[in-house]
Amino acid sequence: MSARKVSLTKRGFDFETTMWIFTRFSALGMYLFALVALVGALLMGARTQMNLADLIRWMFMSNPNHVLNTNVPDIVPWSSDFWKWTGSGFILLAATHGLHGFLSVLEDYLTHPGWRKFFRYLVILILLAMAAIGVYVLWTS
Amino acid sequence: MALSRNVSLKDALRYQGKGPMLTFILHRISGLSIVLFVGLHVLGSFLSQQFGSDAGTVINAIYENWIFQIYIISCGLFHAINGLRIVILDLWPKLIEYQREAIWLEWFVFLPLFAMTVFVIIRTALAG
Repeated sequence: MSARKVSLTKRGFDFETTMWIFTRFSALGMYLFALVALVGALLMGARTQMNLADLIRWMFMSNPNHVLNTNVPDIVPWSSDFWKWTGSGFILLAATHGLHGFLSVLEDYLTHPGWRKFFRYLVILILLAMAAIGVYVLWTS
Repeated sequence: MALSRNVSLKDALRYQGKGPMLTFILHRISGLSIVLFVGLHVLGSFLSQQFGSDAGTVINAIYENWIFQIYIISCGLFHAINGLRIVILDLWPKLIEYQREAIWLEWFVFLPLFAMTVFVIIRTALAG
C-alpha cells in the first residue's frame, strides 16, 4: 500500500482536516497530562496511599476531590495551582476533543445540511459553556 | 456533498468488519459515554457547589456505585488505548498495513490493565 501524495494546497485545509489533526494531537496532549499526573501522584506518595482505580481517576482529572476517599494523609500538595493548571489544560483538550467527536458521530447520521449546521453551532455553544463551567468548578472547588 | 445513503439497516448489521469494526464501534460508544457522563458529572458538581442543588449528589451517588465505575473506567481505558493506536497509525500511515496486528497488541495491553482495575474496584466495593 503506497501513501497518497496530494499536495496540501490541492487538498485544502478546511474545518474537517483541522479538527482531524486536532483530535490526534489533543489525544497526545491528554496522554502527556495523564503521564504528568501519574508521575506527580507517585512523587506525592500514591504508591502506598492509593489503589490503581483511584490513581487512574486522578490521571484522567487532577482534581483534589478525586483523592478524598483514598489514604492520602494531606490534601494540600494535591490541590496546588500546578494541578489546577494541568487540570484546566486537560479540560480544554478533553471538552473540545470529546464534543467534536460527538459532532462527527452526529454528522455520520445527519444528511440534511440545515440540521448539520444547526448541530455544529449547538455543539460549539455546549463546548464553550461546558469548558467554562469545568474550569470554574476546578478552580473553586 | 455526497450525503445520500444507500445502505439499509439490515445490510449495515450484516456487515462483518471483524476486529477493526469492533474497535470502531467500541471507540464511538465509549467516547459518547465519556462525553455524556463526564459532562453530567461536571454539571452536577457545578450545580451542587453553586446552588446547593441535589442534582450533583444524585448524579455522584450513581457514579460512585461500583457497577457504574466499572463501566465508565472501561470506557475511559478502552478509548485511551484504542485512541493511542489510532494516533500512531494515522501519524505513521505506513503502519496501516499492520493494523490487525496493532489491534491484537492493543487488546493485550487493554485486557490485563482492565482486569486489574476491575479487580481493585470490586475488592474495594466488597470491603465496603
